[in-house]
Amino acid sequence: MTTAVDTPALVPGTVILDETVGARGPWSTIVRAGDILTIVDLHGNQAVDSLFYAADDHGLRYSAAATVAAQRNLFLTTGSVLRADDGTALMTLVGDEVGNHDTVGGACSQESNTLRYGHHTKHQHACVENFLIEGAKWGLGKRDLVSNINFFMNVPVDADGTLGIVDGLSAPGKRLALRAEIDTLVLVSNCPQINNPCNGFDPTPVRMIVTRPEEQR
Amino acid sequence: MTTSSTQTDTTAAARDHARSQAGAITDSMPVLPASAWPTPPAGIDADRLTWAETVPGGRYTSKVLARGTRIRLRDIDGSACANLLLYRADAPHERLNIADTVKVPWQAYLSVGHPLLSDQGRVLATVVADTSGHHDAFCGTTSLATNTAKYGDGSAHSGAPAGRELLTLAGAKHGLTARDLPPVLTLFHGVRVKPDGALVSTGNAGAGRELELLIHLPVIVLIANTAHPLDPEPTFNTTALEILAWAAPADLESLPNNDPEYLRAALNTEDAWNAATPVNETQLGRDVK
Repeated sequence: MTTAVDTPALVPGTVILDETVGARGPWSTIVRAGDILTIVDLHGNQAVDSLFYAADDHGLRYSAAATVAAQRNLFLTTGSVLRADDGTALMTLVGDEVGNHDTVGGACSQESNTLRYGHHTKHQHACVENFLIEGAKWGLGKRDLVSNINFFMNVPVDADGTLGIVDGLSAPGKRLALRAEIDTLVLVSNCPQINNPCNGFDPTPVRMIVTRPEEQR
Repeated sequence: MTTSSTQTDTTAAARDHARSQAGAITDSMPVLPASAWPTPPAGIDADRLTWAETVPGGRYTSKVLARGTRIRLRDIDGSACANLLLYRADAPHERLNIADTVKVPWQAYLSVGHPLLSDQGRVLATVVADTSGHHDAFCGTTSLATNTAKYGDGSAHSGAPAGRELLTLAGAKHGLTARDLPPVLTLFHGVRVKPDGALVSTGNAGAGRELELLIHLPVIVLIANTAHPLDPEPTFNTTALEILAWAAPADLESLPNNDPEYLRAALNTEDAWNAATPVNETQLGRDVK
């Protein structure tokens, strides 16, 4: 008899998909309107870099600026609506066991890592590489990569404007739930960063569960 | 029947009418050549000017600028808001990256020495002068939907054009589409972040405030001058933006930032430029000897 702790979806329903994204790995799926994506931070302190596109129009994509301007707050938590450039609601954060999620820090890239840590990091894994690899499967290219959400990542802004990635607020098993407002392509890089505290300097897997609430059936 | 200056009933008359308009001076136009601009910046010879234009509220402009250009944006009347995008002119797929622009310097609020970084770890421009301090890297530009909800219209030729509509036009003139519009930087309208993440508009700093950028690589500059998304005014009242640019290649020799992240960005930039720039004959001759 297994003793593994099951981590259920945050919003109950019929499970449509249940997958684990390996440490450092890319992942994508289309979440249909009304379905719920639960992201589980299995081991805690993992950053999940995420981008969102209307499934039938990739030109309609997540906009950090439109999202934070509409809610007049930088942080995402329950009730936050993820908006496209034109204001269209893509997904709504309907559950959050962490407190806030980052909209500012964007993705690590090989190139930006050379600025942040030194040129010795040039050939390390980076999120932009994951986004390019996974995005290509959907016909997305470099121009389609914009400022992304970092779920479970903590980026405070001090009074003088100093900002940075600090220790996360998450813990093993913490979850968040996103309801798709329209059919939404979700593109994820399970952040491979090993030079900052966004995943405790040790990338770990996360779990993706898509559920269809009973009333949707 | 009276003869008027608008007689256009023949091709010759229409031509005369059209030609008679030339030379008009308004307060919202480019001045060409730029050296004809009547009030160059202090210490700058008018002959060095490469761009002189006044952009009224609700309009946009664009230009390709050379490496070593210094560009000054001025909020003439105190209600300008420059929505700025930069693309590397010789490789437009390389463009302003707002996330890196705040993350890499560990600083969200722009001041002198702040780099505007590309997505390839290079400095497209550095803030080299700033009397405003009211800028925003978070809220981006406005959309047709948000402006329509707030002002009744947001289309490009309405009285309250949305930044996204204007930047789409500006980008189109360089072969760029809406998918090529990343998050933008807004200048002259400040936003501050409360500890709980709340975003608060701090508005403009006042009339006559200026910001200057030094351009490190050839860039396409897109600018829309339109109200900030968090502008508290219920009506659209964006005022004119003055743009002056001049050749200042020597400024690249003394940069206003010694942070390690900045120095590596500058190093990456020079590396890319040197690799792509043919060795000139003088240099070649010297090396051969």
